[in-house]
Amino acid sequence: MAYRAAVITFPGSNCDRDMATALEAVSGAPAIRVWHGDAELPERLDLIALPGGFSYGDYLRSGAMAATSPIMRAVVAAAERGVAVLGVCNGFQVLTEARLLPGALLRNAGQRFICRTVALTVENTASPFTAGYAHGETIRIPVAHHDGNYYADAETLDRLEGEGRVAFRYAEAVNGSARDIAGVVSANGRVLGMMPHPERAIEPAAHPSLGGADGRRLFENVLASLAAA
Amino acid sequence: MQVRVLVRLKPGVLDPQGRAVHHALEGLGFEGVSDVRVGRLIELDLADGTDEATIRQMCEKLLANTVIESFSIEGAA
Repeated sequence: MAYRAAVITFPGSNCDRDMATALEAVSGAPAIRVWHGDAELPERLDLIALPGGFSYGDYLRSGAMAATSPIMRAVVAAAERGVAVLGVCNGFQVLTEARLLPGALLRNAGQRFICRTVALTVENTASPFTAGYAHGETIRIPVAHHDGNYYADAETLDRLEGEGRVAFRYAEAVNGSARDIAGVVSANGRVLGMMPHPERAIEPAAHPSLGGADGRRLFENVLASLAAA
Repeated sequence: MQVRVLVRLKPGVLDPQGRAVHHALEGLGFEGVSDVRVGRLIELDLADGTDEATIRQMCEKLLANTVIESFSIEGAA
């Protein structure tokens, strides 16, 4: 079977094609490309992906302008109906600005843009995205961001941890994120925001520094969860 | 009417940009700078009589991210 997935493109998105390629590689069905100015999403979607990039040139705050675009009202409504939503990098920033996920992404603590493959620890295996990983497993996924320093107040962080909503944690020092958080899920587990790029790790690489296939499993997990539903 | 909205990072939220500016000021030889925080000034030209509640909504919905930022409004009627 295949999932029916859409990739949203905002002005300044630059990982939308990679995201569509990853979605297609795993399910065999083409991902539907949706422009930010569209007011409606295609019908019967299983998955909506918000890609990385620099939507609206990061004006005001990363993700802030994209969160106000017409398509985001439809994405919020779809998420409320239980459609799975994946936000990667800038897509994660958009999800926090749209208040679909708690917290915010601040400038990296070291002030620098960070672009390398990092080790992550899988903390949550209860979401459609993470169900096929082992709890506590270390996976390697590339990051490429300037504003990836996850922030939420202590009360929110405690709540996220208590509810098992930290999806991934950095297993090494990366960007200063609160409690090393690299990705979080919504209360129902069907919205995932993460700074690392799973769509850049979908096939075994000739050299370990060139990626790997740990990200592919995230898309396979979504497929498996739909087959099980 | 013109209104100025001042957006600041909340106390306790790390400001790497402010820290870098602080470091640069010290590099230029300025002494006695104990902290620097960088915020944002937004000038709005609004229809006369726009009420403060409306401006607050603009701040809460877009101009500031209240998870990490506070805002103040100057010049409202």
